[in-house]
Amino acid sequence: MRSSSPGGTPRTRPLAPAGGTTGPEPAVEITGLVKRYGAKAAVDGLDLTVARGSVTAVLGPNGAGKTTTVETCEGYRRPDAGRVRVLGLDPVADAAALRPRIGVMLQSGGVYAGARAEEMLRHTASLHAHPLDVGGLVERLGLGSCGRTPYRRLSGGQQQRLALAMAVVGRPELVFLDEPTAGLDPQARHATWDLVRELRADGVSCVLTTHFMDEAEQLADDVAIIDGGRVIAQGSPEELCRGGAENSLRFTGRPGLDLASLLKALPADSAATELAVGTYRVHGKIDPQLLATVASWCAQNGVMPDAIAVERHTLEDVFLELTGKELRA
Amino acid sequence: MTATETGTAAGTGAFAPRPGAAPLPRMIRAQAALETRMLLRNGEQLLLTVVIPTLLLVLFSTVDIVDTGAGSAVDFLAPGILALAVMSTAFTGQAIATGFERRYGVLKRLAASPLPRWGLMTAKTCSVLVTEILQIALLTVIAFGLGWSPRGNPLAVLLLLLLGTAAFSGLGLLMAGTLKAEATLAAANLVFLLLLVGGGVIVPLAKFPEAARQVLEFLPVSALSDGLRTVLQHGASMPWADLGILAVWAVLGLGAAAKFFRWE
Repeated sequence: MRSSSPGGTPRTRPLAPAGGTTGPEPAVEITGLVKRYGAKAAVDGLDLTVARGSVTAVLGPNGAGKTTTVETCEGYRRPDAGRVRVLGLDPVADAAALRPRIGVMLQSGGVYAGARAEEMLRHTASLHAHPLDVGGLVERLGLGSCGRTPYRRLSGGQQQRLALAMAVVGRPELVFLDEPTAGLDPQARHATWDLVRELRADGVSCVLTTHFMDEAEQLADDVAIIDGGRVIAQGSPEELCRGGAENSLRFTGRPGLDLASLLKALPADSAATELAVGTYRVHGKIDPQLLATVASWCAQNGVMPDAIAVERHTLEDVFLELTGKELRA
Repeated sequence: MTATETGTAAGTGAFAPRPGAAPLPRMIRAQAALETRMLLRNGEQLLLTVVIPTLLLVLFSTVDIVDTGAGSAVDFLAPGILALAVMSTAFTGQAIATGFERRYGVLKRLAASPLPRWGLMTAKTCSVLVTEILQIALLTVIAFGLGWSPRGNPLAVLLLLLLGTAAFSGLGLLMAGTLKAEATLAAANLVFLLLLVGGGVIVPLAKFPEAARQVLEFLPVSALSDGLRTVLQHGASMPWADLGILAVWAVLGLGAAAKFFRWE
């Protein structure tokens, strides 16, 4: 696993956005960000780089500093220390130049209680020079049936989808989505995911915060895990899963195999246990060589290893391993 | 992981970035229109800005409840009710609406839009002025129906209304930008009621004890209703003292609002 070094994401991107949407600067570049509320540092020396055209998921327990970080990028908070550049601009000093180029979805609210969904979206579109077609976006996000309903009477999911629509309607280069699928049903969640994928395919950079590991695994090119106001791990979901926790190999065979002899054949740092009667697990560096060693040991001992499987660690395992399992405030 | 392999024609799809702010006049117009629609759609706001002033004008002009001095009652009441209308929109209505916009993150979300803050404040002012024009038109028609015969210099009336609007807007925004939305709702309504009674709107300030009167005269609603009355009822050209009081309130209120207003 790579550490939180800034700019540490030189992975090959499958696609670079075409045309004038790609500037020389990263979409977001944060170095040494500190933000305090009173004596407490909500963000405490955070480094994060978001490549142009990528989807970056910011994961972290409640109170880790996700929203503060995103809101600093959006120009709402002034850093106490460190440097923040969004599309090469200072979010506070260059706010007027930056605002038309970014799309913002707040965690909640942002709409007049008495405004109708479509009316509010139309209004947001009217603040931009080349907005998306509002009718199409309304259909796309399933807001057609509630277009005339006042915001305060929309369901939580409808409010979320409206906020998402408002973030993208101005055709921004970069969107910040703060928990875009919180409170959504599975259909709406998938509709949101599809939209994020399409944004990415069209060259829009995307920073999203989430509590859902599957969301990060599904959508993100890059995942930054934040805890205690710092990035404690960053990389692609595959990299994090591969490098984070140990993987294991599981197989079934006849009960009571002599695991001591298996261990002699395996590398020194491996371990083997009989989990349940006839079910075995091997811990260690699980690579093709180890799989071959286990298979040949089985062959020598006349064991048919049924249901042999490499158990890969999920992002959730990695997350819990890194951030601990105790409940947060 | 499927997300990384789906894109094909990058930069050519429907969402291909094409950022840019709309021209400023268009943004401000759109924002002012939206704010005005929100206000006219809100029942409680209409009660405050239309129903109460209309009822008071009709009731107190036709039924002899308060001794309004020499001359016809409507000639005394109409200027006071116009002052009340300005206060209800620029102060009470604006304070409550803005307080809840702040509470529900509307101001926060707008701060991330291409509309600059001063553009938002300009739009709010336009929305207040449009509402006041509608109120004044309605109340003027009703007052004429009740036999009102205004006099004086229309320019002085316009100046009073504008300075009054500035003074009340400053105070309303100061309240909305510093208190919680519920506190603003309660306080703005209470202030509305107190100033209605003690601001020379319906009850002549001469009815109050001398000591109280000398303080009440300096309230913005007293200055506005007295100024309007001096012109419209008594035909004065320019009520400089009242204009001066309103100007001081406007500078203090707008200055404090600019300094202390918190957007979240």
